[in-house]
Amino acid sequence: MDLLHYLILSMLLFIVGAVGFIVKKNIISMFLCVELMLNAVNLSFIAFSSFLNQVDGQIIVFFVMVVAAVEAAVGLAITIVLYRNRNTLNADDADTMKW
Amino acid sequence: MIDYLWLIPLFPLIGSAINGLTGKKLPDPAVSVIACGSAFISFILASISFYELLQLPVDERHVLNTCFTWIASGDFIAKAEFLLDPLSAVMLLIVTGVGFVIHLYSIGYMHGDGGYYRFFAYMNLFLFSMLVLVMAGNFLLMFVGWEGVGLCSYLLIGFYFDRRSAGDAGKKAFIVNRVGDVGFILGLFLIFLTFNSLNFGDVFGEVATGTIEVGILTAIGVLLFVGATGKSAQIPLYVWLPDAMEGPTPVSALIHAATMVTAGVYMVVRCSPIFSRAPIALDVVIIVGILTALMAATIGLVQRDIKRILAYSTVSQLGYMFVALGAGAFSAGIFHLMTHAFFKALLFLGAGSVIHAMGGEQDLMRMGGLRKHTPITFATMFIAALAISGIPPFAGFFSKDEILWLAFANGHPVVWGFGFLTAGLTAFYMFRLIFLTFFGKPRYSEGVGHHLHESPSSMTVPLIILAVLSVIGGFVGTPAWMHLGPNRFFEFLEPSLAHTHIEEHAHHPHSTEILFALLSVLVAVIAIYIAYRIYVRRPEKADALATRLRLVHRLLFRKYYVDELYDATVIKPTVWTSTKVLWKGFDVGLIDGAVNGSGRTIQGFASILKGIQNGLIRNYAVWILLGAAALLCYLSIFRG
Repeated sequence: MDLLHYLILSMLLFIVGAVGFIVKKNIISMFLCVELMLNAVNLSFIAFSSFLNQVDGQIIVFFVMVVAAVEAAVGLAITIVLYRNRNTLNADDADTMKW
Repeated sequence: MIDYLWLIPLFPLIGSAINGLTGKKLPDPAVSVIACGSAFISFILASISFYELLQLPVDERHVLNTCFTWIASGDFIAKAEFLLDPLSAVMLLIVTGVGFVIHLYSIGYMHGDGGYYRFFAYMNLFLFSMLVLVMAGNFLLMFVGWEGVGLCSYLLIGFYFDRRSAGDAGKKAFIVNRVGDVGFILGLFLIFLTFNSLNFGDVFGEVATGTIEVGILTAIGVLLFVGATGKSAQIPLYVWLPDAMEGPTPVSALIHAATMVTAGVYMVVRCSPIFSRAPIALDVVIIVGILTALMAATIGLVQRDIKRILAYSTVSQLGYMFVALGAGAFSAGIFHLMTHAFFKALLFLGAGSVIHAMGGEQDLMRMGGLRKHTPITFATMFIAALAISGIPPFAGFFSKDEILWLAFANGHPVVWGFGFLTAGLTAFYMFRLIFLTFFGKPRYSEGVGHHLHESPSSMTVPLIILAVLSVIGGFVGTPAWMHLGPNRFFEFLEPSLAHTHIEEHAHHPHSTEILFALLSVLVAVIAIYIAYRIYVRRPEKADALATRLRLVHRLLFRKYYVDELYDATVIKPTVWTSTKVLWKGFDVGLIDGAVNGSGRTIQGFASILKGIQNGLIRNYAVWILLGAAALLCYLSIFRG
């Protein structure tokens, strides 16, 4: 197994996440896409860490997981509040924060 | 007392503060007691100071009283210091004495007026400012008083501010005075530049050494005189004084006849060490003075408003004082200032009493035959008219005659000629006023005739006091030819003129002087007789004369069209430039244009860019992604 394979997989996962974030309207789906992108990046960190014999990449992965957990908690809370107030899960309906 | 000079102006200030801050809630009698009481205390203190000054040996009559250091900046030090010397002592007595009498008169005159407390607060404030002006020991403090009296003058002219003409007159007085003040301030700057001090003592001491160039002294003198023309209503800045008659009559008497308008005369005398060494400045003073005296007297001949005639008379008499100063006869100027304060205040108060009796009527053509109804007013005004006409032994004779004589003796025969003519005109217009008011048939309506009455005693007592002063006031300065000893008034003033450069003139025998005195009495008597012929014996002749000399009459009645001239040459262009160029052009066009323009520019850009911030999260994500991709491309191509 080559490093390149891991990176290509990581890239594909990231593209799926990014495109999904852009095309999906449902907030929950968009969350999943964000998680997908984060984990794609995590995968490349791990791959580099393993192939370069350095521990730094793994440490950063832990940080990313912590941030992802926090982000999920805050984001889901916002989603629930949004649903209660607007009765919608469509991200395009929450567009009042503009000029 | 002489060590506590600051107490003299303090009391009017306290009175003004009490009346101004709490007067609205006080009953009118309390307001009058506070106002008149503070003026009276000031007068008593001034009298005591005057008496103590007299006790001092002649060469020590110069008391400087420092209260505190007002400004200390580098080597420039201005102190709040009060000066008592014969000159300021004379002014002190005039200001507090006449001031107190007029305060007393105002109790009766202003009775029942809605702004009673306001009036007295202003009057006391005026008294304070005027006292600061005459007692100041340096130019800066003098300037404080100078501006203070200007402010009070403005407030009191516009006292009936609900009348548009009064408000306009107040503004006119204030603005015209500002023009003069610019000259005064420039004069002060030049003094400070030259002498590095604003102290009277330092400045005049250095002038007396004769080391200062004549050119600089001339410039200082002319600039200070510009200030004096504003305050003392001389050509070309006299136009505010006749309009100032919009104020209550006691104000006209105190501020616009007896005291404030003489501030310019006082200032020039105070600066006599400078003026006496600058012949050109003196020539300017004498020329402006005599022209003003003559011009104002001719305007006074035909006016119909009783107070306006007196106003022009004041302008004319102030012109006389400046003639005296210009001729180098500084003491004679102050002497006339004093006697004029008595009889002109009396004339104004008398006019106020007449107006009071007539229920507000000021037009001479609607008076007549009043002497039976208001005997005290008539008698006192008659005395004042005799005094101003220069009939012996009344006060005006001594002072006016002294001025005319000294103008001639000091080498100005032409000025004497004009002054002589003016003396005749003065007697004529003054007795025209007396005859039209008190003699002849009544020309007022029935309704006015019914409630004609003599004024209350609070008004007549001041009239009598001033009448007595107008009779005996001249005897403090009897000329040498009367063989009553040397002129005591001039001798008394001498220490104040210690630094003044007095020119020696050819000595004239007493007989010449007596001849000139007789001449001026003769011209006054003739003028009075003519006025009697025209206005009492054959009243219809006045109108006939006016029709025959229609053009002249019209020119004089419209005051030489000076107001119209100023309106066309100064006011209209200023207003036009202000509205069309400065307001519509510069302010609206340039300044507002720049401010609004920059705002609009930013708004324009923003309206293009704000489309990006549309609130759609997925849209933002595309931008972020594109940005990241662009960054990646850049890094891989250029840094790879």
